[in-house]
Amino acid sequence: MSSAQLEIQLIASLVAIACAIPGTFLVLRKMALITDAISHAILPGIVLGFFITEDLSSPLLILLAALSGVLTVILVEFIQKTKLVKEDTAIGLVFPVLFSIGVILIAQHANDVHLDVDAVLVGELAFAPFDRLLLYQTDMGPKALWIIGSILLITLGLLITFFKELKISTFDAGLAAALGLSPVVMHYGLMTIASITTVGAFDAVGAILVIAFMIAPAATAYLLTNDLKKMLFLAAILGVIAAISGYWLAHELDASIAGAITTVLGLIFLAVYLFAPQKGYFSVRYRQRQQRIEVSLLTFLLHLGNHTDNTSERHLQHLYEHINWQKVRAKSVVNLALKNNMIQIDQDIISLTEKGHSFTKEAIDYIVTNKNAEIENMKDRFFLFRG
Amino acid sequence: MRLYEYIELVFTDYTLRTITLGTAVLGAICGMLGSFAVLRKQSLLGDAISHAALPGIAIAFLITETKNSNAFLLGALISGLIGSFWIRGIITKTKLKSDTALGLILSLFFGFGMLLLTYIQKMPNANQAGLENYLFGQAATLLASDVWMMAIITGICFCVLLLFWKELKLSVFDADYAKTLGFNTQFLDILITAFIVIAIVLGLQTVGVVLMSAMLLAPAAAARQWTNSLAIMITLAAIFGATSGVVGTAISATHEHLSTGPVIVLIAAVFVGISFIASPSRGLLFREIRFRKNRNDLQLHKTLSFMYNIAKDHEDITHPHAIKILNNFQGFTKRSLQKLEDKNYVSIQGTMWSLTPEGYQTAANLYNQLSHINDE
Repeated sequence: MSSAQLEIQLIASLVAIACAIPGTFLVLRKMALITDAISHAILPGIVLGFFITEDLSSPLLILLAALSGVLTVILVEFIQKTKLVKEDTAIGLVFPVLFSIGVILIAQHANDVHLDVDAVLVGELAFAPFDRLLLYQTDMGPKALWIIGSILLITLGLLITFFKELKISTFDAGLAAALGLSPVVMHYGLMTIASITTVGAFDAVGAILVIAFMIAPAATAYLLTNDLKKMLFLAAILGVIAAISGYWLAHELDASIAGAITTVLGLIFLAVYLFAPQKGYFSVRYRQRQQRIEVSLLTFLLHLGNHTDNTSERHLQHLYEHINWQKVRAKSVVNLALKNNMIQIDQDIISLTEKGHSFTKEAIDYIVTNKNAEIENMKDRFFLFRG
Repeated sequence: MRLYEYIELVFTDYTLRTITLGTAVLGAICGMLGSFAVLRKQSLLGDAISHAALPGIAIAFLITETKNSNAFLLGALISGLIGSFWIRGIITKTKLKSDTALGLILSLFFGFGMLLLTYIQKMPNANQAGLENYLFGQAATLLASDVWMMAIITGICFCVLLLFWKELKLSVFDADYAKTLGFNTQFLDILITAFIVIAIVLGLQTVGVVLMSAMLLAPAAAARQWTNSLAIMITLAAIFGATSGVVGTAISATHEHLSTGPVIVLIAAVFVGISFIASPSRGLLFREIRFRKNRNDLQLHKTLSFMYNIAKDHEDITHPHAIKILNNFQGFTKRSLQKLEDKNYVSIQGTMWSLTPEGYQTAANLYNQLSHINDE
């Protein structure tokens, strides 16, 4: 592994961590799409900054671009406040307009400016190590590494200092405001950090990878844990894993590094989306099926409880007609009840056992008093086998 | 180029005519279907789908190995549909919200598409020129056959819209009610989503991935400000879209270094801006005027009722009082007093005012009759 390769992976990993921190909060605050808007809308800022400084990685350009990112947020919120259109429409209107202005600005000066829309949007990580920072003629390493490194340090510092405040204002904005934490300051602080991170990273990795780094690891981590600290760590680790393995994938295919990293992020998300233990697609499907059967079981037991003195209502053959279930479903419900010792079948007549009686009685109590949630706890006590 | 020359060129020059027609048709279909996207709170779906279409285009190229825009459209359509269904899956099956789902699909699909594109670029058959056009759009590459295709698809969409008009209308505004009436809302949902995906895919070649969402949203958002009726909104949106297409093409054709896509988007944004400000019922300008008028009316009424409370303690209601006593009453100004006099509610002599019988009557009824509050 050459030093350039090492540097690319280092830059990508640092970008991943720097994006994971604001990304986690954006996903939790349901503002993930604002990164999309910011990353496109910084284009006019970048172009203007480039006209002034002629250098894609000068601090002034980063500042101007970050300002146009914050301007996007303000514009979006202004349009939202007029209530003329729904919230998401406001986002969808603002950033294409700013992006168009950027594209036109570039096109107008296409001949005398070395700046490409492709480069801004897609970025080329492979070139990052060649842009070195020279200090007194000594090589200090790639510029991108320094930019991302300092952004990461600032973000980390702010995160540690304001962790408590961020946490409260994210999960309970009302409580945060009541405690005297200004939601506006928190909001714009976060937006500024997101904006600066996006701008600092676009030169090295491109806008699309920034969006992917902000949203995908945080969303994946959210499916795996409910703990904010764990979620932050997981998001950062997943981002770094994707950065390094994506680099080698691109190396194998001889294709865009940013594209490969995004693809790996996508694959990780797909795997977690399908197989996450609590919130994955399959476990949610399984749980929904289980709950459907258990609700049916409860209905079935209540029906039996209502007709303790009427055997025709409890005849195995008639039962299907009375509750109007299909055969297969009825069979699985009856089997489940049998397995849990809640019913007994005597000459095709079903009756509740002692346990079945106490189960239905307790369930009715909860339903009558509107404490339906308690039934879940009750199931844990009564059921030997779940549906 | 003069305007006259340009108009002459539109009718004589093949390329310009094709592009103008193409952007007009595209604007119309986007406006039409965008109205549904805006009303269903799926505004940013367009953004996500247009990005999600990229891998489809790349895979279509990998399979056919030629630049065939119909194959590209099909590939884009399929991957756009996969993207939109995955978004639905994420929203319904996990606790991730719609914004996260949209952002995820957008960035992941687009990144994957970029991976494929760069992979294709390094392949030996260098026939890939034109694939990048889908990123930023290149209206100049429109052919007459593309325009025909757009026109036919627009026609089909229009017919289906008419066919399912009341069902779609119902499901847009009250999906639950539509469900209880026994309509297959899932089918309607898929129908509308598929149409939106089709409109996006058609526009990719002309305005590109990034600006497609504005193409879809802007005409609809502008049209929404002028009307509360769905039919009128869709018609207006189609007109706005087509006009932005035509005007945008004209401007970019008559100036150097102006790409068509961004100009069309900016023209559409101008429509949005005008509608936001100047629409009579919802616009910001008239809202402000109404707000001020209401505030003035309210202050006038407050002053009048204050006067009434003073006057009613006297036997003669027209008994004059000093203007001075009104001074510490909030909402009283010289102008409002003048207005009251103009309305013949009070009469002023020097530094004294007195209620007229008419003013007394109005003030007495002020809080009895709510309908009276809005009187001039």
